[in-house]
Amino acid sequence: MRTLPMKPTVPHLCAVALDKAYRKGQHRIPVLRGVDISAQEGEFISIVGQSGSGKSTLLHLMGLLDGPDVGEVRLKGDRIDNLPSGGRDRIRNQVFGFVFQSYHLLPELSLVENVLTPLLIRHNLFSYWRHRAEFREQATEIIERVGLTHRLRHRPSELSGGELQRAAIARALVASPEVLLADEPTGNLDAHTGSEIMDLLCSLNEDEGLTIIMVTHDEKIANLSQRIVRLTEGRIQELEEAA
Amino acid sequence: MYVILLAGHYLRTKYIALVSIISITLGVATMIVVNSVMSGFSCEMRDRIKGILADVIVETHSKDGTAAEDTLVLMEKVEEVVGDKIDAMTPTVEIYGMMSFDVAGHPFHRPVTLVGIVPDSKNRVSPMAENLMTRQAIYKNGELVLPPLRDPALPLNWDLTPEHLERRKDRAYEMQMREQMSVEFGSTSTVPGPIQPVSNEVDAEAASLDPFLVPAALESSEGEESESSDPFSNSADPFNSGAAAEQQDPSQPLSARVFVGAGLVTYPYRDPQTGEVEIGYLVQPGEDVNITTIKTGVPEPARFKATVADVFKSGMSEYDSTLVFCNLEELQYARGMLTGPDVSHPHDNLDWRNGQITTLQIKLKDYQDADEVVRRLRSELPSAYFAVNTWEQKQGPLLEAVKVESAILNVLLFLIIAVAGFGILGIFYMVVVEKTRDIGILKSLGASSSGVMSVFLTYGLSLGMVGAGAGVVLGLLFVHYINEIEGLISSIMGHKVFDEEIYYFQKIPTVVDPLTVFLVAVSAILIAVCASILPAWRAASQHPVKALRFE
Repeated sequence: MRTLPMKPTVPHLCAVALDKAYRKGQHRIPVLRGVDISAQEGEFISIVGQSGSGKSTLLHLMGLLDGPDVGEVRLKGDRIDNLPSGGRDRIRNQVFGFVFQSYHLLPELSLVENVLTPLLIRHNLFSYWRHRAEFREQATEIIERVGLTHRLRHRPSELSGGELQRAAIARALVASPEVLLADEPTGNLDAHTGSEIMDLLCSLNEDEGLTIIMVTHDEKIANLSQRIVRLTEGRIQELEEAA
Repeated sequence: MYVILLAGHYLRTKYIALVSIISITLGVATMIVVNSVMSGFSCEMRDRIKGILADVIVETHSKDGTAAEDTLVLMEKVEEVVGDKIDAMTPTVEIYGMMSFDVAGHPFHRPVTLVGIVPDSKNRVSPMAENLMTRQAIYKNGELVLPPLRDPALPLNWDLTPEHLERRKDRAYEMQMREQMSVEFGSTSTVPGPIQPVSNEVDAEAASLDPFLVPAALESSEGEESESSDPFSNSADPFNSGAAAEQQDPSQPLSARVFVGAGLVTYPYRDPQTGEVEIGYLVQPGEDVNITTIKTGVPEPARFKATVADVFKSGMSEYDSTLVFCNLEELQYARGMLTGPDVSHPHDNLDWRNGQITTLQIKLKDYQDADEVVRRLRSELPSAYFAVNTWEQKQGPLLEAVKVESAILNVLLFLIIAVAGFGILGIFYMVVVEKTRDIGILKSLGASSSGVMSVFLTYGLSLGMVGAGAGVVLGLLFVHYINEIEGLISSIMGHKVFDEEIYYFQKIPTVVDPLTVFLVAVSAILIAVCASILPAWRAASQHPVKALRFE
């Protein structure tokens, strides 16, 4: 179901004048120099740039995995980057879904347990126990959606790359996030599997109106999104509508 | 929720960490075994001491004891002051002395502590009957070799067993034959003891009428006729000293009887054929020994002969190698603390109640009252004459030594567990480093720092519980099968690890104190948790982005 933004003037997620630098010994290495970016609700944005252009850092800042030196991150108009750590943890858990290049599944857990992790984190023992059947159902539904029903009990080490990434997407989706943040989701996959993953992301965006911000260095992949943001040496180079 | 899930998964999949807690398991098991064996030994020792001593002991400062007329007064006074708490009491005389006997012509002298006792009340105060060898079954290598010669439940008295009485007769006969030969062939006898001439029939009759014969011995003897016709009576022996009046049929035991400590009359030796340790007896029950002690007042030597009625073995070598129990009235008589009512026959009809005593041993209904009883008695009895103590106070240094020993051992063993804690810390740190990326993932999924920390604390806790639990099971199993294990080790090593002849135990005694087991387990778990605090804190303080990039 595609919903139109209620207030087009207030973007779903936006970054305002983000500055970020890393220290390496005595040197201060600037990564982002005043980056502004905003995503409307239901938008699919690609951030494209070369290695070291700061695109992953930008994604981490927007996903509250890191804090900016200067600037703000706003979710529906409210500043979120200066929240206390408990609040940031909650937003990461409830608002964002992360997909990483190297999948980042927990090796000890089975596929279904991995998918359930955000819900396990959100609920304490008792409330999880009360809703466990409901959560299981939710997880199996999403696993079915990504086409891994036959792999429910398997460990990550027994899955192929494409399957792992689909499992990671299922995990990102299980807690019904508002924004999906994907960091090179096809980076470790061959072209065919990569396009399968992209099909999945596109359909999520189109069918469910999920806001997606994806980082990639692959122009072909980026072209599948609605809008492309180019990042060079920590600055936004151009904004363009994807083809 | 994920805390428990992850900790559980780590517990099942990280074998290296399971290896690290083996040290905790072993430490806990060792502590349980050592504590159980030590408290087993100490319980056994306390039992043995109590088997000889009494709960509360009232003794005179002077070895001469109370005045003769004060014995009953003292007992009445004690009864009056603490009668409601007393189960039984018994009077004794304790004095230093020397026991001498000949073995194959060689004289043996042993310094001893003589204790004059009244058997039935003494046995009520401290159950020493079970320590007597004739009432004990003899085991060798766990097998019954000889059943008890008499029922252990029989009341304690000075009777000899029929077997020992028979033996005494045989020896007396042998002796008589030798002497006859020496008289007939004029050869010098090498057998010690006064040379006694062969008496005629008249003397034999006199012997049968001898009023000093112990009635009990008469009852238990079967061959009265042969005794009465025994010509070997020396009531008219002109060479005998003042003790002549007491001399009698040598096949009958003397009126003075003793229980001697096993350490005084036995010696262990290794059988050259079998290589096993056997017990040799220098003096057997039924034989006579000479007792020398001092009279009251002027310390003149007092000597008397006594028949060994039994050998006792309490298991406390201190007692077994010094104590000689004697019938109270005989000791009192020998020391001049008591004379019979008939002046011409002072050795007749002795009653200890008319004599002096040095010690009153008291058994309480409830040992919890001991301090109260001691306090009351101390305030009521003149402290210039009497000392009142519990047996624990009298044995204070020994018990204290055992306590200190066990405390030091516990500290050392606990240090071993603490060392194991550092091992856990190291391995845990490694696990955290290995899991850095997972920590980043958890944080990116919204796990809080405290949540990540509690994953690793819970992991440490569960490892500690598994380790301590396994240790408790292992320790308890070891304690339960300790004697079998000892047997196994002995058979592998080819000699006994736990020699019962050295330790006086048939089996290794163990007492499992549930509180100790609990404390040991809990402290081991605590150490595991403490060891996981630092790694868990490190895990919690990981920066999510750096953790995610960690390869």
